[in-house]
Amino acid sequence: MQQTNKLRPFFENITFDRDDNEMVLNFGPQHPSAHGQLRLMLHLQQEQIVKAHPDVGYLHRGMEKMAENMIYNEFMPTTDRMDYIASSSNNYGFALAVEKLIGLEVPRRAKVIRMLLLETNRLMSHLFWLATTALDIGAMTVFLYAFREREYLMDLIEDYCGARLTHAAVRIGGVPLDLPDNFMGDLKKFLDKLPENIKDYEDLLDKNRIWLMRMEDVGVIPTEMALSWGCTGPMLRASGVNWDIRKEEPYELYDEIDFDIPVSDKGDNYARYKIYMEEMRQSAKILYQVMDMYEGTGHELMAHAPQYVSSSKLDMMTQNYSLMQHFVLVTQGMRPPVGEVYIATESPKGELGYYINSQGGPYPYKLKLRAPSFWHTGVLTDLLPGHYIPDVVSIIGTTNIVFGEVDR
Amino acid sequence: MRAYKPKGDVQKKSYYTDRYWVAPQVAKQEVFSDAVFNADLEAIKSKFEVSDAYIQVEQMVLFINPEDNFDVVKFCKDELEYTQLSEMSAIDWIEKEGKFEIFYQLLSMNKRKRIRVKCFIDQNQAIESVEKLFRSADWSEREMYDMYGVIVNNHPYMKRILMPDDWQGYPLLKTYPLQGDEFAAWYEVDKIFGKEARDVIGPEIRDSAAVNRYDTERFARLGHEVPKGTELNVGSEEPETPLGYQEEEGVFMISKFDEKDSVIITDRDR
Repeated sequence: MQQTNKLRPFFENITFDRDDNEMVLNFGPQHPSAHGQLRLMLHLQQEQIVKAHPDVGYLHRGMEKMAENMIYNEFMPTTDRMDYIASSSNNYGFALAVEKLIGLEVPRRAKVIRMLLLETNRLMSHLFWLATTALDIGAMTVFLYAFREREYLMDLIEDYCGARLTHAAVRIGGVPLDLPDNFMGDLKKFLDKLPENIKDYEDLLDKNRIWLMRMEDVGVIPTEMALSWGCTGPMLRASGVNWDIRKEEPYELYDEIDFDIPVSDKGDNYARYKIYMEEMRQSAKILYQVMDMYEGTGHELMAHAPQYVSSSKLDMMTQNYSLMQHFVLVTQGMRPPVGEVYIATESPKGELGYYINSQGGPYPYKLKLRAPSFWHTGVLTDLLPGHYIPDVVSIIGTTNIVFGEVDR
Repeated sequence: MRAYKPKGDVQKKSYYTDRYWVAPQVAKQEVFSDAVFNADLEAIKSKFEVSDAYIQVEQMVLFINPEDNFDVVKFCKDELEYTQLSEMSAIDWIEKEGKFEIFYQLLSMNKRKRIRVKCFIDQNQAIESVEKLFRSADWSEREMYDMYGVIVNNHPYMKRILMPDDWQGYPLLKTYPLQGDEFAAWYEVDKIFGKEARDVIGPEIRDSAAVNRYDTERFARLGHEVPKGTELNVGSEEPETPLGYQEEEGVFMISKFDEKDSVIITDRDR
């Protein structure tokens, strides 16, 4: 006799007793190609999906709740845990939102370093995407190649901030550190080799019969569906909408840089794959230009705003008032003005937005994280019906969802 | 007597605020300072009641009646080219005003403009779903319901999304403590082992920094290690175990890194 208030053992993956010949398949939450903790309930007719129901929340840590109980600087390392594949992008989005709220102008050298971090993170994220998606589809070699390249970038980031995955490399008001001596040289070495590497991946995949069968005309997202579901980033650009926040609402130094936005009107997996590949080339192009901008910038790394940002170490050690300010900012936290702000940045996955409602206290009254992957998971509801089971894997792969970001 | 703590907002509070502190405001501009926003606002005003509107940090914010929310968002989408709903959620003002504030963050790609449509609803008031206009609202509204308990009418699938379906309480309310409430502490014990196991297992420790030196199943005390599961009485002193350092004795399987005999790879084409 089972007790009703306990979990019961049963065949939870398959329901047999349906008379309409429909099978319910439980995909995940423990599935290697679910890219984290995604549970998909799929209603099947033979091998065709008639209804898909994504279930998320297995990695929910309540970041918005935590944010309401943390001072602004305290929350910065927490943002790392959203899109942990490109964590500097999250740091940057949050820092930018708070800076807009306060009205801070960041020194130019900090901007250059932030740009370097952002684009390095984009490359890391896209390489990771390529590796995992190729692995899901069975292209083991590409996985090994792409991870090798990503490793060099991780080493580079490690040289900068000491961390490989959760960087916390951006501060509100600037960046904490200047670049180490070897940074530019190593980055240049990497970038010089990158076109060759990308060509290697494309040689393996572009005309690969298996890759094409799994990618071409699979997972077609029409423009209306992409817009209606709030898809952004490569997901939107593959569906024929030319929208990149770096170009349309430029932040940091993107308005001084010459780069192109790849767009496709096909909307299928293959279009998204091509867009990721081209974005990597464009990132390299941006990085070359940003590297040239570094020379001739001043030495300041943090904005001068004693009310909100601690002074430099030198000031703190020599001037009493700077030290007092620092104590207050660390123990009580900065108090941004009363108001609200929604700032969107183009993270590797899409539009990463931070909505902050400040009531003048050291803790945000409300902080809403708009993570692109959340909607890229939601769109599976409408996208998967009509496809077959093997397509699920390749579609989840090209949506590039990260569950730290979906569940927050 | 224990000091009374207000239960309306149990989030962290600043322990000190200067008595002369006046919080500055983020600047608000008049809507007519921007031609595009002004045209949009006039169009909305001709059909619906707008109680307040301003521009803050380059985005227009406008306040509407909660009954109009579907029609205003539809109007913005169909007539004013706001083709994407970036985000929507609620803000809890229950302690202060007994209301929720709902906001819809809209984006127009043709105009390169973002607006925020807002309305206030009472604590137990439901709001109309905009899922028919934007499919993304399907998940946002579920998240809003999950986190705040705001009921959305005519939603196709009004269920929790992030929290478990049988959860009680709404985590983002200001009355909900950060560490979770009583229900949260017993949730897993009740669900997996049943209520009768409460005495055996005890509530979930939701303080991630909690350490119990007498619990040898889960904790070890440096310099006083004992075999796992040893029963220790409160107040008893465990035997001291000497701390060994690798530098002194050396670990027999690990040889130390010798920089002289190693090759450092600098050429990545090697």
